[in-house]
Amino acid sequence: MIWGVLQFPGSCDERDALHACEAASGEARLIWHESRDLDRVDAVVVPGGFSYGDYLRAGAIARFSPAMEAVAEFAAAGGPVLGICNGFQVLCEAGLLPGALLRNEDLRFVCRQADLLDERSGERLSIPLKHGEGRYYAPEGVLDELEARGQVAYRYAPGQNPNGSVRDIAGVRNEAGNVVGLMPHPEHAVDPLTGSTDGLRVFEALAAAGARG
Amino acid sequence: MAKHRELGLTDHEFELIVEKLGREPNDVELAMFSLLWSEHCAYKHSRKLLRRLPTEGERVVMGPGENAGAVDVGNGHAVAFKVESHNHPSAVEPFQGAATGVGGILRDVFAIGARPIAILDSLRFGELDSVRSRHLLDGAVRGIGHYGNSIGVATVGGEIYFEEPYEHNCLVNAMCLGLAKTEDMVRAAAAGVGNAVVLMGASTGRDGIGGASVLASAELGDGDDAKRPTVQIGDPFEESKVLECCLELLEKGLLVSLQDLGAAGLTSSAGEMASAGGVGIDLDVAKVPLREADMEPFEIMVSESQERMLAVVEPARVDEVRAICEKWQTGSAQIGVVTDSGAIRILRDGDVVGEMPVEALVDGCPLYDLEPAEPEGWIYGNRATLAPGGTAAEELLALLAAPSIASKRWAFEQYDSVVGSRTARRPEAAEAAVLALPEAGNAIAVSIDGNGRRVACDPYAGTVEAVLECAQNLACVGAEPLGLTNCLNFGNPEKPATAWQLDRSVTGLADACTALGVPVVGGNVSLYNEGPDGPIYPTPVVGMVGELPDPAQVAGNAFAKAGDAIALLGPFAPTMAGSQLVKQRGELDAGLPQPDVEAVAAACATVRDAVRAGKLASARDVSDGGLACALAESSIGAGHGCRADLQPLRERGCTPEEALFGEGSGGFLLSGDRAALESLGAIVIGEVGGDAIEIAAGDRSLTVPLSEAERAWRSLTF
Repeated sequence: MIWGVLQFPGSCDERDALHACEAASGEARLIWHESRDLDRVDAVVVPGGFSYGDYLRAGAIARFSPAMEAVAEFAAAGGPVLGICNGFQVLCEAGLLPGALLRNEDLRFVCRQADLLDERSGERLSIPLKHGEGRYYAPEGVLDELEARGQVAYRYAPGQNPNGSVRDIAGVRNEAGNVVGLMPHPEHAVDPLTGSTDGLRVFEALAAAGARG
Repeated sequence: MAKHRELGLTDHEFELIVEKLGREPNDVELAMFSLLWSEHCAYKHSRKLLRRLPTEGERVVMGPGENAGAVDVGNGHAVAFKVESHNHPSAVEPFQGAATGVGGILRDVFAIGARPIAILDSLRFGELDSVRSRHLLDGAVRGIGHYGNSIGVATVGGEIYFEEPYEHNCLVNAMCLGLAKTEDMVRAAAAGVGNAVVLMGASTGRDGIGGASVLASAELGDGDDAKRPTVQIGDPFEESKVLECCLELLEKGLLVSLQDLGAAGLTSSAGEMASAGGVGIDLDVAKVPLREADMEPFEIMVSESQERMLAVVEPARVDEVRAICEKWQTGSAQIGVVTDSGAIRILRDGDVVGEMPVEALVDGCPLYDLEPAEPEGWIYGNRATLAPGGTAAEELLALLAAPSIASKRWAFEQYDSVVGSRTARRPEAAEAAVLALPEAGNAIAVSIDGNGRRVACDPYAGTVEAVLECAQNLACVGAEPLGLTNCLNFGNPEKPATAWQLDRSVTGLADACTALGVPVVGGNVSLYNEGPDGPIYPTPVVGMVGELPDPAQVAGNAFAKAGDAIALLGPFAPTMAGSQLVKQRGELDAGLPQPDVEAVAAACATVRDAVRAGKLASARDVSDGGLACALAESSIGAGHGCRADLQPLRERGCTPEEALFGEGSGGFLLSGDRAALESLGAIVIGEVGGDAIEIAAGDRSLTVPLSEAERAWRSLTF
């Protein structure tokens, strides 16, 4: 399996994501933001960071990049796409995922290890999170539909919601299930030395979703 | 007032400039001289003292004089590091002051070709019951987070102390570490007559004009709002692009030399590059990309706009360099050329608007001898905050809740500590931050320390203690020191008492580093830290970097499991002098016992070897608040209580109170298997377990429920 990791000016976690993809399975390469060619990759990661500085609104500019146009086509054709943190914000801005990410409830950046619940498998995953705009929001009606269709991918474990996200939502998927976004950082949880290997499960789940597609 | 005095030059210095030029300087030249001859750039009151520091060692790759120091970590790699102050800007505007402090130290590190991998901060504020201090703390923490998080460099450690003398003069010291392939590293010396001088990064505006001379080299007083425009504004996104761009340029071998633009902007970077290379440089200010079209030549030369780098490039490669800048969407302009004139010439559209010999501009500033005089006794105030007559349990809770001792989780959770996937020990999990280096097949540890209150008690002993605390912290994670950087934060060196503090402190730093065999590879001096109420505590901040073979073996600082033995190791003979408890009682006085450096070094070696051999379940050095606080913190981290008997310290002559709350160098609190601990020569004093902290210390014995201790220790929040 070949993973492509987008690289914007202002990306922070793209090299870590590259390493995590390699650790999860197979090969990985960076895709420059100005490229419309995804270079025949099997799955795409939109990584964390502050794309183009994020001074307007997180992800608001990156969604217009040539690489994101290619990702939209790739996703429409059923290709697996994982958005992490800023990548999740970009996918929401691009309309590839429902909802939006707002400033954290206490208006402060937060970095800590947290437990996530994988809504499909029921697994509890220990993964670090770090963000200032991670409060997931969607209108009540949309949330009910997401729950009914199984589109809530990850929730913060009870009592661990760090940012005021509605219904403790940490990550969602699109209706087809091939596009997933989450605020915590699975790419920083692939080595016991740095705290946990549970992040690998997130990459593996997406790869499996791609295989089913 | 004469113009040169307004710019901070003395009459004597002005006469010297006239003599060196053979004429009176024009406005451009005077502005440039005033900056490069400022304390901040010329180190005119500290340079002679700094010659005492040991700077050589087998592992030193780059020493003082470069943008950052660097040590060899094996397998063709080097770790670069430096600490720098941004005190005065932060006292005026804490968010931007701290943010640009981080931005500046990052540039120092990538200027030598190292990719920044970690940031640490050492912060000092007035007591937290002051509205001003809370404002400064909040702004500085947000600023550090804003810059470091946005650029994607992990903030892995630091320290924060709250003391009254910092009320009007907070300290914001930022340290950065970077990793480089040794062969890709680059120096700052300009070379090659005819080579192009290229300015990269952000455009140049009016922000930060005169920051080095106006802000960093004089005391702050009333009416300082007028100095607000001298604080720089940071843009981490621009820096992120410039960083990636510079590293790509260096990897491709396209640069002859590289220098960041910090204090004094183009003036100092061009001046220092020319001086280091023994060449001249012609700069045309008309070619500098500007934010405001009507800027005067002197403004362009002294602007401290952030996120700019200056490079020397062979003429044939300028196009290639500019293409890579364009790829990273960052600016570039050829603004000058390297000459053999030995002069810095400033042109505007070809007309010469300033011309100064490099030697006079960069190295011509007179160096001053200090006139030290030891003050009599304690020269600072000390407000009592703890009523006398409390029980030992009450005192322990008061110490744990003291903002200087309490958990700093509120602050460090606002920093990204994991980006880069190297952070093997996060803040407060171990005594030093540990960063894995898969490139070199090992890891590094880093600690930053400096207790100004103890240095105020005895500048020599207090500074030795700061170096020893770093060494002890590194030992606790199994690391052997490779090198040290320091930031000397002091008051006005023209005053005899401050001069004495500075002199004694530098001697202590030199002696401790020499005795430990740790070279000083770089540093920074911040003087004139004085407010209306007098000087800050003398505050040498020491950052030490060490190497360890296997990060997986690192011991945490929390006890691991119930039933483990608790032991004390090292030449620890605590006293109440300069301690946190004495401070809270309002009884501070001059004087500290002299630490035994050789004995502490031997204890460090024992602990280091034991950690590497996997013999310890936990390791912590005993510092603020004494052994009782160390026991409490190790228990809180573990979620297990402990029982300890401090009789062994009583046998060393300590009173019960000294045994509990006394401070001093050389103490390690270890836990693990009893026989393993005894085999190290450690003295077993207790056992992990239960849900209380129970300490037997004669008539001061105490029992505190773990939950109460934890509530006190976690009380620092907004």
